[in-house]
Amino acid sequence: MTAMISQLFLQHYWWIIVSILASLLVFLMFVQGGQSMIFSLPENKSQKAMIVNTMGRKWEFTFTTLVTFGGAFFASFPLFYSTSFGGAYWVWIAILFSFTIQAIAYEFRSKPNNILGQKTFDLFLFLNGSLGPFLIGVAVATFFTGAMFKLNVMNQVHWATAWYGLEALLNPRNLALGFAVLFLARINGLLYIINTIDDDELISRSKKRLINNSITFLIFFLFFVISLLFSKGFAADPMTGTISVEKFKYMHNFIQMPVVLILFLTGVVSVLFGIGITIFRKSMSGIRFTGAGTVLSVFSLFLIAGFNGTSFYPSLFDLQSSLTIRNASSSLFTLKTMMYVSFIIPLVLVYIWYAWNAINNNKITEEEMNSEEHKY
Amino acid sequence: MIDNIDMSLVDWSRAQFALTAAYHWLFVPLTLGLSFILAIMETIYVKTGNEEWKRITRFWMTLFGINFAIGIATGIILEFEFGTNWSNYSWFVGDIFGAPLAVEGILAFFLESTFVAVMFFGWNKVNKKFHLLSTWLVAIGANLSALWILVANAWMQHPVGMVFNPDTARNEMVNFWAVLFNQVAVDKFLHTISSGFLLASMFVLGISAWYLIRKREEQIAKKSIMIAGVFGLLSSLMVAYTGDESARTISKVQPVKFASMEALYEGKSNAGLIAFGVLKDTDKKIGEKTEKEFAFKIQIPGLLSVLTGGDRDSYVQGLSDHISGNEKLGLISTSEKIQNGKHARDILTSYKNARLSNDTIGIASLKGVFSDIEFQNKYFRYFGYASVDKPEDVIPNVTVSFYSFHLMVVLGFIFIMIFSAALYLLYKGTISDQKWFLWIALLSIPLPYIAGELGWLLTELGRQPWIIQDLMTVSKAVSQISTGSVITTFILFAVLFTGLLISEVSIMVKQIKTGPKH
Repeated sequence: MTAMISQLFLQHYWWIIVSILASLLVFLMFVQGGQSMIFSLPENKSQKAMIVNTMGRKWEFTFTTLVTFGGAFFASFPLFYSTSFGGAYWVWIAILFSFTIQAIAYEFRSKPNNILGQKTFDLFLFLNGSLGPFLIGVAVATFFTGAMFKLNVMNQVHWATAWYGLEALLNPRNLALGFAVLFLARINGLLYIINTIDDDELISRSKKRLINNSITFLIFFLFFVISLLFSKGFAADPMTGTISVEKFKYMHNFIQMPVVLILFLTGVVSVLFGIGITIFRKSMSGIRFTGAGTVLSVFSLFLIAGFNGTSFYPSLFDLQSSLTIRNASSSLFTLKTMMYVSFIIPLVLVYIWYAWNAINNNKITEEEMNSEEHKY
Repeated sequence: MIDNIDMSLVDWSRAQFALTAAYHWLFVPLTLGLSFILAIMETIYVKTGNEEWKRITRFWMTLFGINFAIGIATGIILEFEFGTNWSNYSWFVGDIFGAPLAVEGILAFFLESTFVAVMFFGWNKVNKKFHLLSTWLVAIGANLSALWILVANAWMQHPVGMVFNPDTARNEMVNFWAVLFNQVAVDKFLHTISSGFLLASMFVLGISAWYLIRKREEQIAKKSIMIAGVFGLLSSLMVAYTGDESARTISKVQPVKFASMEALYEGKSNAGLIAFGVLKDTDKKIGEKTEKEFAFKIQIPGLLSVLTGGDRDSYVQGLSDHISGNEKLGLISTSEKIQNGKHARDILTSYKNARLSNDTIGIASLKGVFSDIEFQNKYFRYFGYASVDKPEDVIPNVTVSFYSFHLMVVLGFIFIMIFSAALYLLYKGTISDQKWFLWIALLSIPLPYIAGELGWLLTELGRQPWIIQDLMTVSKAVSQISTGSVITTFILFAVLFTGLLISEVSIMVKQIKTGPKH
């Protein structure tokens, strides 16, 4: 019994770690948000250079968080890794592809003799900036809307459609979350630019863009959240593990886990506050609030996806194949070993914070772009 | 060549993974080694305050930056391909394999990515010592990340520290330290990172030699050669030592791979080491596979026995010892292993059926079988053999294994000579005049890349048909997706990686021609 409780605790612990990584990832996709506007936001080359270099100095954090998110998911919930990656093939490959072209685009774009030309690498940045957040949003939406798979007795996955994940793009709720994540990334990107770049004209343009992006974000986000609250969910019996369909499951989760509801509402309010003070009070610090709000909102959405006896990866094809944090997790030993490793995370966050501030202690200016030796 | 590829899902999935891994390994070793060379150069700068060393560091850092991102880009694909293309594998061993990947992310990747930003952009933003610390942390982070992925790979070669859980139908970790300090992992890590150090040293040496040929940047070139020569010589000696250790370990834990590396069909005492050999087909066959023999060979008598067992009388196992068995050595035949593997699989199937039909007596009795030590040692250790059709299928491609191993060894000795010569000529003060050597150094830049790829070719092809030695064949590990999907992504990645490689080489050449900034 002790072992059972311990494993259950660790399964929750690791779902929290994965959720934290996911929420940090969505915040850090401000880099992608900024990239998605490199053709439309700047008015001249100088502004473009400042935007690209502002985002370029942070791209590795987003990338590393994505890699660690994948690694942590693999280590703690390997059945999700094998099921979703091995079945929803095209969604994950498209995400991978978009991040692969990003990694080299920054380093290569302004280097002489880069063969493909700066425009191509800028297109890579734009594609990653637009597709990356959108597809990650679509993939995460399937945590709530489900996917078409069946597991056999050996836990091997059989995908029930020939589209291997692309069918997720046909579900309006998935699309809504995809676009919500994209526009949230763009909002954070704009606010990061406002906070980091010293260029009045660019800041003014960014603020104008912020209004349209915020409205679009709110439309998609509200559509997704409202449909989520009133939709059916997938409940797992805590004793038998049997999966059943439950009406208003996610609304019940919020009600039954009021702390999560408070976190979610705080997150949403914080995002709106960050946008509001930037538009109405000309504050430069909106990113602090939208960043914190993004982390809280995404974190709480992950908690209602996996906690309170909920299937975090429901199967629409074979209900009993649905994944929960109990049936998809690693063994007690592995979860425990990984828990010890996770104790180093606060130290990691501290040195990231320190190094981040060391680089960001001065705003990016046009002069710096002209004098910096290592620039993108 | 393309006609020989079997257009099956398994083969295309293998091709896609091999493509990604091969490209990944074109970029990563330079990162592993050059990061330390940068750290050493910058340390000299901070210690001496000589601005020339700063200029040298920044020049090599520019080349490091061009290469760095593309290694990361191909790396993320590899990580996710375990899931997308090898999902059955991901479940069967995810409990063990996933942990090193997560540790890699938490401990190594963040270290690397956080401080690489300081290293690139912090020259005028942080003080000298903090910048130097960042450069060292990038080097440590890069090499730590190599540690964890190699631990994972080593476990596939020699699975340890786990038990099979019939309820979840997967292997589960029971000893993390056994996984981390697996002898194969230790050998592999040391051999791999030292080969990265060697490659980077050759890169620096070769480019510096080019400057001397062109009579440009002579001071910078000589200083770089000094660092690359010392670091390269030490690394190449370490590569030789760890390579020897690695081969010895393989002879114990993957004897079939070892016999293939040596093209040794019949085991023997007083076995000679083939220093040079050319293989040809014979009339003899093992099952449907044609045996090879040497059309020509230069052999050092008894040395293989000495190297593997400590003396000339030591018996080195051949392929036939494993296919037909060898009672004296206590080796059972592959046919028997297949039978034992099938027995283990049948027990698992019976257990699953008992669970499905709620047969509580059957469940209790069959579950106990899996914890029985005799069952584990006699039957379950051969679980993967249940998927082997014919005994000869466990023999990897002997030709590829033999040539890749021996060519790699020959190159290893050439590297020791090149670095020794570089240091000698530098010491004599005549290196600028020795055009023949400078050209050799320049033209040798691709050789460590070739050696590295050969090493991985041997590692991965030499363990076929296994994805996890003796426990799971590659064909059982693959994701059940459409072959067309895999072919499409293979082509997509092939075009992308090739384009990026051409682009990188072009940028690199331009930067080298431009030279360090004054």
